[in-house]
Amino acid sequence: MATTIEAPEKLVGKPVRRREDPKLMTGSGNFLDDIRLPGMCYAAVLRSPVAHAKIRGINTSRAKAMPGVIGVFTGEDLADVNPLPCAWQAAGVDNNVATPRLLALGEVRQVGDPVAVVVAESVYQANDALEAIEVDFDELPAVVDSREAVKPGAPQLHENAPNNIVMHWTCGTDAETVDRALAEAEVRVSQSLYNQRLIPTAMEPRGSIGNYDPSTDEYTLWATSQAPHVHKLVVAAFVLGIPEQKIRVIAPDVGGGFGSKIFVYFDMPLVLWLSKQLGRPVKFFEDRTENYLHTTHGRDHHTDIEIGATKDGKITALKVSTLANLGAYLSTVAPGIPTTLYGRMVAGCYKIPNIHVDVKGVYTNTAMVDAYRGAGRPEATFVVERTCELVADATGIDPAEVRRRNFIQPEDFPYDTGLGMLPYDSGNYAPALDKALEHVGYTDLLQEQATRRANGSSKLLGIGLSSYVEVCGIAPSKWIGLSGEGWGAGLWESAEVRVYLTGKVSVTTGSLPHGQGHETTFAQLVSDQLGIPYDDIEIEHSDTKGTPFGFGSYGSRSLAVGGTAIYKSVQKVVEKAKLLAAHMLEAAPEDIVYENGKAWVKGSPDAVKTIQDIALQAHIAYDLPPGMEPGLEAVTYYDPPNCTFPFGTHVCVVELDRDTGQVEIVKYVAVDDVGNVINPMIVDGQLHGGIAQGIAQALYEGAVYADNGELVTATMNDYAIPKASMLPTYELDRTVTTTTVNPMGAKGAGEAGTIASTPAVANAVVDALSHLGVKHLDMPYTPERVWRAMHVQSATA
Amino acid sequence: MFPNQFDYHRPESVEAAVSLLAADPDAKLLAGGHSLLPAMKLRLASPSTLVDLGGIGGLVGIDASGKITIGAMTTYAMLRDSRELSRVLPMLTEAADNVGDPAVQSRGTLGGALAHSDPAADFTAIFLALNGSVDVTGSQGSRTIAADDFFVDLFTTALQPEEIITSISFQAPAPGTGAAYEKFRHPASGYAVVGVAAAVGGGSGAPVDWARIAVTGATSKATRATNAELAIVGKNLDADSISAAAAVAGDGLEINGDHFASEDYRRHIVGVLTGRALTRAAASR
Repeated sequence: MATTIEAPEKLVGKPVRRREDPKLMTGSGNFLDDIRLPGMCYAAVLRSPVAHAKIRGINTSRAKAMPGVIGVFTGEDLADVNPLPCAWQAAGVDNNVATPRLLALGEVRQVGDPVAVVVAESVYQANDALEAIEVDFDELPAVVDSREAVKPGAPQLHENAPNNIVMHWTCGTDAETVDRALAEAEVRVSQSLYNQRLIPTAMEPRGSIGNYDPSTDEYTLWATSQAPHVHKLVVAAFVLGIPEQKIRVIAPDVGGGFGSKIFVYFDMPLVLWLSKQLGRPVKFFEDRTENYLHTTHGRDHHTDIEIGATKDGKITALKVSTLANLGAYLSTVAPGIPTTLYGRMVAGCYKIPNIHVDVKGVYTNTAMVDAYRGAGRPEATFVVERTCELVADATGIDPAEVRRRNFIQPEDFPYDTGLGMLPYDSGNYAPALDKALEHVGYTDLLQEQATRRANGSSKLLGIGLSSYVEVCGIAPSKWIGLSGEGWGAGLWESAEVRVYLTGKVSVTTGSLPHGQGHETTFAQLVSDQLGIPYDDIEIEHSDTKGTPFGFGSYGSRSLAVGGTAIYKSVQKVVEKAKLLAAHMLEAAPEDIVYENGKAWVKGSPDAVKTIQDIALQAHIAYDLPPGMEPGLEAVTYYDPPNCTFPFGTHVCVVELDRDTGQVEIVKYVAVDDVGNVINPMIVDGQLHGGIAQGIAQALYEGAVYADNGELVTATMNDYAIPKASMLPTYELDRTVTTTTVNPMGAKGAGEAGTIASTPAVANAVVDALSHLGVKHLDMPYTPERVWRAMHVQSATA
Repeated sequence: MFPNQFDYHRPESVEAAVSLLAADPDAKLLAGGHSLLPAMKLRLASPSTLVDLGGIGGLVGIDASGKITIGAMTTYAMLRDSRELSRVLPMLTEAADNVGDPAVQSRGTLGGALAHSDPAADFTAIFLALNGSVDVTGSQGSRTIAADDFFVDLFTTALQPEEIITSISFQAPAPGTGAAYEKFRHPASGYAVVGVAAAVGGGSGAPVDWARIAVTGATSKATRATNAELAIVGKNLDADSISAAAAVAGDGLEINGDHFASEDYRRHIVGVLTGRALTRAAASR
C-alpha cells in the first residue's frame, strides 16, 4: 500500500483559509429559508400589538375561510401542551418561574407575544389571513423599565412574582462587612450605570420547519439553532412529550446567533405539533421585526455601585446592586446570566478584598432577555472598568496606574475572587496592559490631550482603557450542573473521530458553527495530531441523527471544550493505531513511536507503517492482534476540570466634535491573551467582530421601548447596527499565557472582543469630557447625548 | 415582510403609464422602489397596481451641455459617476455619493426621491437650494413645476394623481456661484437627521447677491431657511457673516424631534450644518 505518503504540513498556528467560505460566499449555503420540502405549507403568527392585555376572545372564522388557509390555531388549541421550560434556575427563582406558552393563553405580556397561528399553502396567503383574525384585547397597564417594575403599585405580570421580582440573588462578602469597609475607606465614590438593552441582530433571523412522518411516528425539526441536541431534548421531553428517539433536529447553515439561537422558542415545538395536526411539513420563518420584537434581547442592567479606595488608588470595597430586566417571561437560561456569569465576575482582573453583589431579576412587558455575546461578562466588565476610572478620577492617579496597582499578580494564580466563580487558573495582566499602552502611544496621547484642552481645539480627545478577564470554556458539569447555581445539567462536549478504511477521516462534534469556522479549526487540529492531510478530514455537526449528544456552541466553549473532546478522541485513535502498528511490525506496543501519521519501532525509522496502512488493516481486519476489535474510531465525552479565563487590555482613542457631539474612534488597540491559537486569522476575525459589536453598544445600539410597551426600534431603519464604514481599523496584538485546563492551552476568543471594547469606548468618551466635569455618561453615546453633556457642563462651569 | 396582492405593469411609454394611473386610483408608480417596496412589505402601503417606470425609454440620462437636465429615472449612481456633472455642478455628484449606501445609489432615482418627498431625503433640499424644476406629464398634458412650488407637506407634492415626473432641470450655475450640501446621517437608516444645502451667488470676494439655503431631515418637508438667507445676502462670506447666518438658520422652522435627536438638538444642528455648508459653498465659488 501507499507507504510513500509524505507527512502533511503542520497547520496549528497557521492562518488556514476558512473551508466554509466558498460555499457561503457564492450563495450555495443551505439556510433554513432555502429548504423546501415536498408538500410544505407555511405558518404565519399573529403577534400582540399591545404590551399587556387580557384576551377576551379570538375570532378566527373569517381567517379560516380565506384562500389557501389550511388551519388557524390559538392558545386554546394548545392548552394541553407544556409551556417552554426555564433550564437555568439560579438561586431564588424556583417559585417565580413564568415561561412562555407556544401561543398566549388568556393574556399577552409583551408586544409581539404570539396570539394565533395561520397555516396556508403560501406564506402570502398565511399573512393575508392574519389580517382577518379578530382579537378582543382588554388592555392592562404595562411597565417596561425595571426600576419602575419593582415599585409598589406597578403593573404585575405574573401572580407568582410579587413586585415582578423573579429572584433576589447575592454573592461575595456579606453586605454589612462591605458597608463597614466602605465607611472606613479614604476615598468613596458612588455611581449609577445603565447597561442598555441590545437586540442581537444575527444576519439570519430565526425559524423552524417541522415534519411529522405518521408511517414511522418520527419527527424532524430543522431549526436555526446553536444547540440542536439540547433543542431535541427540551422539545421532546419537556414540551411535547415525544419519545426522544423519535425526534431528529437538524441545524442547517446558521447565519449568526450571538447567543440568541441557544434558546428554545415557541415555534420549534409549534411546527412539529402543526405538522402532526395537518399531516404536512410546516415552515415558520420570522421577519426582521418579529425578530426584534420577540427573539431574545441582551443586557438591560440598572446598576448602582459604591466604591471604597485608598488615596493611592487601591480599591478596598465594592458594592454592586443590579436590577436585571429579564422581560415578560423567563427565557431558557435567562436567570443564569445576571448571576453566575455576571455577579461572580465583577471583580474583573483586580484583587478587591470586599465585594458584595446584589442582583434582582425583574419581569417587565418587554422581550425576554437572555445571553447575548459575552453574556454577563460585558456587564461585569463595564461595572469594574468604570469603577477603575471613577477611582482614577477621585484620586487623581492615572487610570493605567490604578489598574496596575489593583491587578491580581502572576504569583496569585490560581486565584479565588471570593465571588463563587471557579478559581482563575492563570493570568498575567500587566504585560498586556503595557503592550497596549506602548502600541497606542499613551504618553504622547496624554500630551496631545493636554495641548488640545489648553488651546480649545474643536475636537476633544479621549483615551479609554479596558483591562478585562472573562470566563470561557464553560463548564465543569459538577459546578454548572449544581441546583441553585447552574442549569441542572452538564456542559461537557462530545466528539467521535472515525478513520475509514481508506484513511480518510470523519469527525462529529456536538458543537457547531454559525459563523465561527469550526470545520477549518477542528480539521487543522486533527490533521496535526493524527498526521492525516487536512483535506482528508471532514468535520460533521449540526444533525442529532446518529451523533453523540452535545451541548452546542456558546460561551466561547467550542475549542476549549469541544476541541478537547476531539483531541482526546484522536489520542484514543492513535493509541489503537500504535497497538495495531506494533502487531504489524512484530514489536512490543511500548516500543512504537507515532509521529506525523507514521508508526515505527524505536530505533528503526526505516520500517514505517502509515496511518493509512493501519486504517486499512483495522478495517479489513484479517490480521488483528488477539482481542482487538475491527475499526479505527473513538468517542470522547469530555468534561472540563475548570473554565478558562482569557484576558487582555484594549485602548480606544476618540475624538468628539464640539459642535455636534459626534464621536469618532481614531485609534483602537487590542492586546488579547486567548492562550494558544490554532488559527490566528479566525481568532483575529472573532476579535474584529467582537470589538465591532462592543463598539456598537457604546456608540450606536440601544433598544428603545415607549412607556406603553411599544418597541420604537423595531426595524433596522431605527435600530443602528453599524456598517463597516462606521468602524475603525483595529490594531491587534497578543500575549500568550497558556492554560493547563486543556491540553491545547487554548482559552476561547469568541466573546473577548465584545467584553473588552464597550468599556474601552465608554471610558474614552467620558475621558474626553472629564475636564468639563463629566464623571459618567450612559450609553449609547449618540451625538445629542454627548453634545448635551458638553453643553450642560459648559453652561454650569 | 409579505406585501398584499397587487397587479404589476411595465409600460413602454409615459402616455401608457399615465393611462394605467388613470385606470386605478390606488395605483402607484414604481421607480427605484427603495421607499415603496419596504413600505409594501410592512403593509404600510398596499397599492392595488404597481406601474413600473423602468420600461420607458428616454427617462434616463444626464445632459449638462447648457441647462442641466436629468431624466427622472436616472439613478444616484449615475449622478455620482457623471464626470460631466462633476465639472459643472460637483455638489450633485458629491451628494449622490452621500445617499444611503451603494445598493441604494444603484437603485434609487432622482425622480423617485422628489416625487416621494420623504422628509429626510437628501435631494429634496438640494433641488430646492438649486432652484430646480420638474417637467411632468399627466392626463391633462405636460407642465413645469418650480422647486418653490413643489413640496407641499410630508410625503406630499404638487403632483396630481395622474402626473409623472419626466425630468428634473437646473440652471447652469452662473460664474461665481457656490454650492454645498452638508449631511448628518442617521446611523441606522442613512437618511438625513439633518441636511442643509446652500447655494450662493456673487463670486469670490464679492458680497453675496443671492442665497438659497434649504433644510431636510429636521422638517416635515424640504424647507428654505429664509432667515439664514436674509442674514447672508449682501454680506461678504466670511467667518463672522457665516456664523451669524448659522445662528438664525433654525429660527422660524417647524422642527421634528424623536428619540434619536430632539427638536432642540436638530435646530442646533441646522445651524451647525448651515455654517459648514456656507463655508464650503464659499470655498467653491
